Amino acid sequence: MADTPRSFQEIILRLQSYWARHGCAILQPYDMEVGAGTFHPATTLRSLGTQPWAAAYVQPSRRPTDGRYGENPNRLQHYYQYQVLIKPSPANLQELYLGSLEAIGIDMDLHDIRFVEDDWESPTLGAWGLGWEVWCDGMEVSQFTYFQQVGGHDCHPVSGELTYGLERLAMYVLGVDHVMDMPFNDPDAPIPLSYGDVFKQTEEEYARWNFDIANTDVLLRHFEEAEAECKAIIEQEHHDPKSGKRIVMAHPAYDQAIKASHIFNLLDARGVISVTERQAYIGRVRALTKMCADAFVQTRAGGWTDDAA
Amino acid sequence: MPDLLIELFSEEIPARMQSRAGDDLKSLVTNGLVEAGLTYASAAAFTTPRRLCLTVEGLLDASPRTVEERKGPKADAPQKAIEGFLRGAGVSRDALEERDTPKGKILFAKITREGRPAADIVSEVLDATIRNFPWPKSMRWGNGTLRWVRPLHSILCILSREDGAEIVPLELDGIVAGNTTQGHRFLGAGAFTVSGFDDYAAKLARAYVVLDPAARRDTIWHDATNTAFANGLEVVEDAGLLAEVAGLVEWPVVLMGRIGDDFLDLPPEVLQTSMKEHQKFFSVRNPKTGRIERFITVANRTTADDGATILAGNEKVLSARLADAKFFWDNDLRVAKSDAGMAAWVENLRNVTFHNKLGTQAELIERIAVLAREIAPLVGADPDAAEEAARIAKADLSSEMVYEFPELQGLMGRYYAQAAGHSEDVAAAAEEHYAPLGPSDDVPTAPVSVAVALAEKIDKLTGFWAIEEKPTGSKDPFALRRAALGVIRILVENDIRLDLSEVAFQTSASTITEQLSIIELNRAKAEIKLAVDMYSTVSEAVKEFVEGGRLENLSEIFENGTDPNEFESLEDWLKDALEKINTYIVSRTYSSISRKSADLLTFLHDRLKVYLKDQGIRHDIIDACIAMDGNDDLTLLVKRARALSDTLKTDDGENLLQAFKRASNILSQAEEADGVEYSYGADVKFADTEEERALFAALDTAEATITPAMAQQDFTTAMSAMAELRGPLDAFFDAVQINTDNATVRRNRLNLLSRIRQLCTGVADLTRVEG
Repeated sequence: MADTPRSFQEIILRLQSYWARHGCAILQPYDMEVGAGTFHPATTLRSLGTQPWAAAYVQPSRRPTDGRYGENPNRLQHYYQYQVLIKPSPANLQELYLGSLEAIGIDMDLHDIRFVEDDWESPTLGAWGLGWEVWCDGMEVSQFTYFQQVGGHDCHPVSGELTYGLERLAMYVLGVDHVMDMPFNDPDAPIPLSYGDVFKQTEEEYARWNFDIANTDVLLRHFEEAEAECKAIIEQEHHDPKSGKRIVMAHPAYDQAIKASHIFNLLDARGVISVTERQAYIGRVRALTKMCADAFVQTRAGGWTDDAA
Repeated sequence: MPDLLIELFSEEIPARMQSRAGDDLKSLVTNGLVEAGLTYASAAAFTTPRRLCLTVEGLLDASPRTVEERKGPKADAPQKAIEGFLRGAGVSRDALEERDTPKGKILFAKITREGRPAADIVSEVLDATIRNFPWPKSMRWGNGTLRWVRPLHSILCILSREDGAEIVPLELDGIVAGNTTQGHRFLGAGAFTVSGFDDYAAKLARAYVVLDPAARRDTIWHDATNTAFANGLEVVEDAGLLAEVAGLVEWPVVLMGRIGDDFLDLPPEVLQTSMKEHQKFFSVRNPKTGRIERFITVANRTTADDGATILAGNEKVLSARLADAKFFWDNDLRVAKSDAGMAAWVENLRNVTFHNKLGTQAELIERIAVLAREIAPLVGADPDAAEEAARIAKADLSSEMVYEFPELQGLMGRYYAQAAGHSEDVAAAAEEHYAPLGPSDDVPTAPVSVAVALAEKIDKLTGFWAIEEKPTGSKDPFALRRAALGVIRILVENDIRLDLSEVAFQTSASTITEQLSIIELNRAKAEIKLAVDMYSTVSEAVKEFVEGGRLENLSEIFENGTDPNEFESLEDWLKDALEKINTYIVSRTYSSISRKSADLLTFLHDRLKVYLKDQGIRHDIIDACIAMDGNDDLTLLVKRARALSDTLKTDDGENLLQAFKRASNILSQAEEADGVEYSYGADVKFADTEEERALFAALDTAEATITPAMAQQDFTTAMSAMAELRGPLDAFFDAVQINTDNATVRRNRLNLLSRIRQLCTGVADLTRVEG
């Protein structure tokens, strides 16, 4: 029987060691602002092409519209996702996943775990997959997806993706009702810190900035610039005249696509994007991701070989 | 005779797909078996979240051996022809038989197909079934290419006989069929082998799996209602939810939980929707108060603590969900009760597109308000109240609650309108103006609701007709057929008299014209500015428009009466051109929309035929009534059709129709032969038989009843008076020869028939009635 963890970070550490034990490369968060762990190139780009892959990581994620000044017990504009991507998806992925829940102290004999249909689609990533949201006693604790298409490319082989909403999951395991009350480190540590000690203030600051202050003219300009830069990078010759090597710059281009996507989210939170424009913006970001996906499959990591060329 | 058992064991199958998948498995496999010659006694399919199961009983052991005789070429046919025949028949030369026939010696082949063992056939059929299974959505997984709804893990496929079970040899993408399966994901104790269906079902039950979805539904409903009853409560029925929940569990365990006191004051519909949509909970109601006080959740397992942990978790999740709902409700109420009331929400709808060619939701509201006001007096509603209702009816689309739960639109509008201090009539219209949503949904009856409901639907129809987005075939993305049926039912079932063309369509056409014109005008302005920027003189710009076709069909405005020299500057010309374009667009759009209203009326008539057909009124009878004046008043039209239908069901009515047709045919033939129209002047003084005089008298009597009855639109009286003509008319035809040698008498008789035709067709166009 699993013993119960005592803090938010212990849950993260247990997930890290569980997935490390099951063969995943434990990566670090991507150093850019993203809306979800899926945006990390370790998921988006690595799910493309034929090369096998297994990675797990924490990804800080930002959803400006979800800001509630730190007052809502469950909603945050900045939160953490735990992400696992394994390609090809192993036959025992469901069992592996259930093992991870046990590892963080969920007693399989007392709880009701269910796989409830929830097909995943990301319009900005041009991606979709089939799977479930996983329920523990009626609460969604993870998203479980078999990627079928990413950036407009069919996935061969198929990646299995697991996404855990860490705060919500941890609150449930730790029996906490308000996210800000959740122990971040060990409650018996010399300096015990709660989630609120770490993030209450930033939630307020960002909520104000996201909703009321962010300069929309500047953001609109940044969006255009990121879009232009992304296209410009993609248009470069594969042959680098300086090093003499073949270098397809899928990742730098993808960084610009991520940037554009996040700026779009900020503009959305500022309420300056109308319903019709919204679709158009999503379409523009999707076009960028598609270009980056096209570029990635032209790289070695994306399955390109000299022979195939 | 063996029995066949198939189980396809996979990761969790979406609940909504299970029932259909069971049916598909059954029909695909059994059809395949029968096609291959394997008949069976009975078959049944079962589904759980992780398995599709099919049991087929009394299958043939093997397909029967068949012998077919095939006629070939003549014995002396060229070698090539004979070889071709041999290839086609799959036999060798020495197997051919030579027979004498009247046409000479002919070769015959006897093709024997040996029976094949059941296992071989089952293997092929199941392979094809799995590979071509019609899942609504399917996927690949891992490295494989096989598609299934979710990863397929194992295939159990056995033929069982009294002496034991045989595994059917089958392999798909590395999955080898066997005789093992497993039970419940958490409660089961690993894999086990099975020898046949009874053994399978029994072992599954021991491994905590109820195979039959109907049994799971029964258990859930039985336990749920008992649990509620024990607490003096009742479960709110929801067949769809029951089926879905039964598709989420293999071992249903019903648990009843509490709803936090803070949330009990939320509208019951909000509680119910939130619990159902997010948590798949049943609502449990107190029958005394009608309030929802508890919930039922269905777990997929038993636990050592009798579900206490599971229930506590579910209650906690529900609290978080309802905290959201309460947050929305409180926020929305604050808006509704503010000084501006629901106006702030309507304002917000300026940014919400209704349809890109028909403007925003706010513009839609503007149109409906005008139309509802216009219709109000005709449906007994106060015009001010109707307009007020139309202006707030869609305001809740901006509310937080409806954003979260779109299915609560209208209902929330009603609550918020009440909170905002609108009258009960106006608030009710917010909910009821969407009705009727389906053929069995109630129609609104309160006058204000009726006015807004009609306005909403008529605007929708006129609008989509104006932009040429009519339903075609099975495609009706904007649910225009439903809107048309709604208009029909509201009018007819409330007995409302409304001249659709004159009142509704005209008003609607004006409001839509205004908006479409603005859109087109803006487009024209953009074009013209562009051209003016490109050219430096008036004549060049005009030339561009006339010859370049820049504004497509607008160029004619410039062709006539535009003298480039007339204008001092390009700006003057521009101003003049825009004015002309404005006038032109408005009049053209209006006349085009008005023209379409005839087509729209025909569409409504077609829907009316469908509606009345369900009530047993034939389409030709409706056609006979549509041919009459005032056919845009649907209530009148239906009254006429019902009266006619009833009359024609009587003996007199049916016979009158025959007599009328006879009269009408004789008359038409005579008119064609004589080249004149007999329409006036039948006089009783030229009548020379008793029957003729009797018919004159009967016509006078009938006319005396029919004319005032028709004036009062009392079709029943008019038509029974008409039916009474049957006797005199039959007697007349029996006794009287119309075409006599006496020209005066003949003309008089033809004019008499004409009087009958006029009188009858004044009631309905009987020439269109069949039979």
